[in-house]
Amino acid sequence: MDALLQLNAVSQAYAGKPVIDNMSFQLAEGEIACLLGSSGCGKTTVLRCIAGFEPLRGGDIRLNGERIAAPGYNKPAHLRAVGMVFQDYALFPHLDVAANVGFGLRGLGDGERKARVGLMLEVVGLSALAGAYPHELSGGQQQRVALARALAPRPRLLLLDEPFSNLDVDLRQRLSHEVRGILKEQGMTAIMVTHDQQEAFAMADKVGVMHHGHLQQWASPYQLYHEPASRYVADFIGQGAFVPAVISGPQCVTLEVGEYCSLTPLAYQVGAQVDVLLRPDDVVHDDHSELTAVVKGKVFMGSEFMYTLQLPSGQQVLAQVPSHHNHAIGEAIGIRLELDHLIAFAR
Amino acid sequence: MSFEPQGLKADNPPFDFRLHFSMPSVFRRWRWPLVALLISLLTLIPLSVIVLSSLTPDPVIWQHLLDYALPELLNNTLWLVLGVAAGVLLLGVPLAWLVAVYDFPGRKHFNWALMLPLAMPAYVMAFTQVGLFDFSGPVQTLLRAHFDNTRWFPPIRSTGGLVLVMSLAFYPYVYLLARNAFSTMGRRALEVGQTLGLSRSAGFWHIALPMARPWIMGGLILALMETLADFGTVSIFNFDAFTTAIYKAWFSLFSLDTAKQLASLLVALIFVMVVLEQYARGRRAYVQAGRAAPLPRLRLAGARAWLASGYALLVLVLAFVLPFGQLLVWSWGALEQEWNEALFGYALRSVTLSMMAALMIVCVALLLSYARRRDGGALVRLLARVATLGYAVPGTVLAVGIFVPIAWLDNVLIGHFFAGQDVTAVLKGTLAVMLLAYVSRFLAVGYSAVDAAMNRITRSQEEAARNLGYSGFALLRHVHLPLLQGGLLTGVLMVFVDVMKEMPITMMTRPFGWDTLAVRIYGLTSEGVFDQAALPAVVLVLVGLIPTLLLSRQKDVA
Repeated sequence: MDALLQLNAVSQAYAGKPVIDNMSFQLAEGEIACLLGSSGCGKTTVLRCIAGFEPLRGGDIRLNGERIAAPGYNKPAHLRAVGMVFQDYALFPHLDVAANVGFGLRGLGDGERKARVGLMLEVVGLSALAGAYPHELSGGQQQRVALARALAPRPRLLLLDEPFSNLDVDLRQRLSHEVRGILKEQGMTAIMVTHDQQEAFAMADKVGVMHHGHLQQWASPYQLYHEPASRYVADFIGQGAFVPAVISGPQCVTLEVGEYCSLTPLAYQVGAQVDVLLRPDDVVHDDHSELTAVVKGKVFMGSEFMYTLQLPSGQQVLAQVPSHHNHAIGEAIGIRLELDHLIAFAR
Repeated sequence: MSFEPQGLKADNPPFDFRLHFSMPSVFRRWRWPLVALLISLLTLIPLSVIVLSSLTPDPVIWQHLLDYALPELLNNTLWLVLGVAAGVLLLGVPLAWLVAVYDFPGRKHFNWALMLPLAMPAYVMAFTQVGLFDFSGPVQTLLRAHFDNTRWFPPIRSTGGLVLVMSLAFYPYVYLLARNAFSTMGRRALEVGQTLGLSRSAGFWHIALPMARPWIMGGLILALMETLADFGTVSIFNFDAFTTAIYKAWFSLFSLDTAKQLASLLVALIFVMVVLEQYARGRRAYVQAGRAAPLPRLRLAGARAWLASGYALLVLVLAFVLPFGQLLVWSWGALEQEWNEALFGYALRSVTLSMMAALMIVCVALLLSYARRRDGGALVRLLARVATLGYAVPGTVLAVGIFVPIAWLDNVLIGHFFAGQDVTAVLKGTLAVMLLAYVSRFLAVGYSAVDAAMNRITRSQEEAARNLGYSGFALLRHVHLPLLQGGLLTGVLMVFVDVMKEMPITMMTRPFGWDTLAVRIYGLTSEGVFDQAALPAVVLVLVGLIPTLLLSRQKDVA
């Protein structure tokens, strides 16, 4: 099946400084994707290129197979049928909620337009506030109006720029869940930009991790966590420690605490020096294990502790342990490694 | 996933080339700087005419000026500027401090009422004060009823009297800026002082005054620029200043060259003020650091409370109540004689002119602001600043600076199209030239209102509309214009009132028969018939109250 959105080797620069470098990905119809990265990594610029607000320096962007942007050619934003929800919502203060939502429905007749606005307000749960003005709404309500306004003209693609960053944590989680529900229900293809991993994992079918204008990996949240393609992604997503090891077989490595074998083959020669990623959930507390480590630090997280443990060589690792195992700092505790997915990077 | 330049090039649509090299593309790149340049020429040309004239001085004129006019002009201007500076500071700063920091009977009303003198053109204030305190005025007449004579009474028609009148007219600039600085400074700064052992009044000298200094300086410079630009007030006092000297050189001596040379000197003085203002403004950022909860006002009690109220009341009475009351008394007496068709004629021409100028200026301001919005480059920003420079240039100078190139253009036009015919003027003395002069002088007023509103429209609001299918004219109509409505209206109003009160440009560039209220007041006051001038003056004051009240409502957040 052809992808709805294709970015091919897209590059962009401000004042000679590259912001996006040779970026490619595809998005199928109905999928929700998320660009994840720290601020200044170029993720918002990607959205602005797709929306038509920034010209390209290299590569091209295709929507439904039609080329909408390439160096020297930029299909005007108002002709692209690409909707956008802005970080500051950008509602029109001189229009009430209904008029804001109906703003993009100029082509429709009065009746049709009214019906569509009513439907959209119902979808976002704001029918009662149709006559209110933006300044009378809470942050979460403004966010929903912005979403309804962007969805009303049935765009081919919806872009969301840090849509929840102005909301408090509680509302953020609730709303991101709700928005995903609405987008899926409408069959909308969407790309969201965020710096919040939890938000990205909650919303997206596909996540792209960006760093310094590079797309590091484009994969499902599960793959990102368990099969990071680069050391940067391994470090950026989730927690963990890199432990030195030697490849001791086609599927096995030897660490200071013993040999472990993966379910899948490793891409390194036997004898190669590597770093193996140990996630906190890979390190299991086991009182019967002969292998022990010393507790160096601990953080109480409710249902569990995050222990910082020191191996005999001085190497530190993180361990996630149910919180009824309360050990004091300095105490030696038994541990066991569960390494079904071995993640190794050349040293 | 590797980058393949060849593949991409082969894929490029052929019309890319045309986009890059055709004329429209060059035009597109430069259209907003071009718009800004055209607008700024309105100020740039007259200013250049004046500045360049100082580079080619005529020795005969200069000898004459040095022998007869200049020593007295410079001496007069020096004392006037020093006197008004002292006056506005002594009136404005203590009042601002009282209103911002203390609570006393009537404080809330004084807070806005102390700005009322802004509504009264300085020349109106001048002739009412002269009328009030002159030998035959009501004050001295009253005094003579109780004393043998009033020879001991200081003469109002003196440099001292002029300084006093101008200080009363212009202190609100210092008051307004100082009050805002004091009240936004936040309680933290003064509280820090208190923990270090400084009382509130010691805090005034050691903390508040140094922190507010950039604002106070800004207000002072505004007052002094008004002083240098003033034409009407000094005329009433028969005081020789640069503005009146320029007017006389042109309209009595018919020496446009002398007027030009004098104007270039006045521009030099104004330039010093502008530089000082920029210096003061550049440092104005640091007060914002202490922004915290507003200062809780200290309630004054007993004698001190009444002293504070009494002082504020005294200033208010002298600067507004008394002159305005005198105007009303005079108007009442002259009502029967003056309330006639002629008055309506003056008023109608004033309103027509002001309305035309206001609409024109706001349209130009909108264009300039939109140009700056579309093209945020340094060039457009610079041109926008140049275009709004006219507000700092005295009307007399602008009038001369605009007349000179228009006269030159007239000669060219006559030589080409009316050779041998009995035509002496094509553009000279037309309404169009007068309106151009107004645009140049007051563009800053309209621009600041429109641009402030433009800046409140966010980039994402524009982009949201583009995403929803709007572009070009539809974008302007459905997004910018509705959001700018308030700013456009404010702009029209502010310019309208400023043009109503304007005197020198109107006097010097008006077409024959276009006598306005301001021109009428000039004529009557130069004949000394103050009571007849009162009725048109009352109209001006009432119109002037509109923006003053708007301003006080806007700024009265403290």
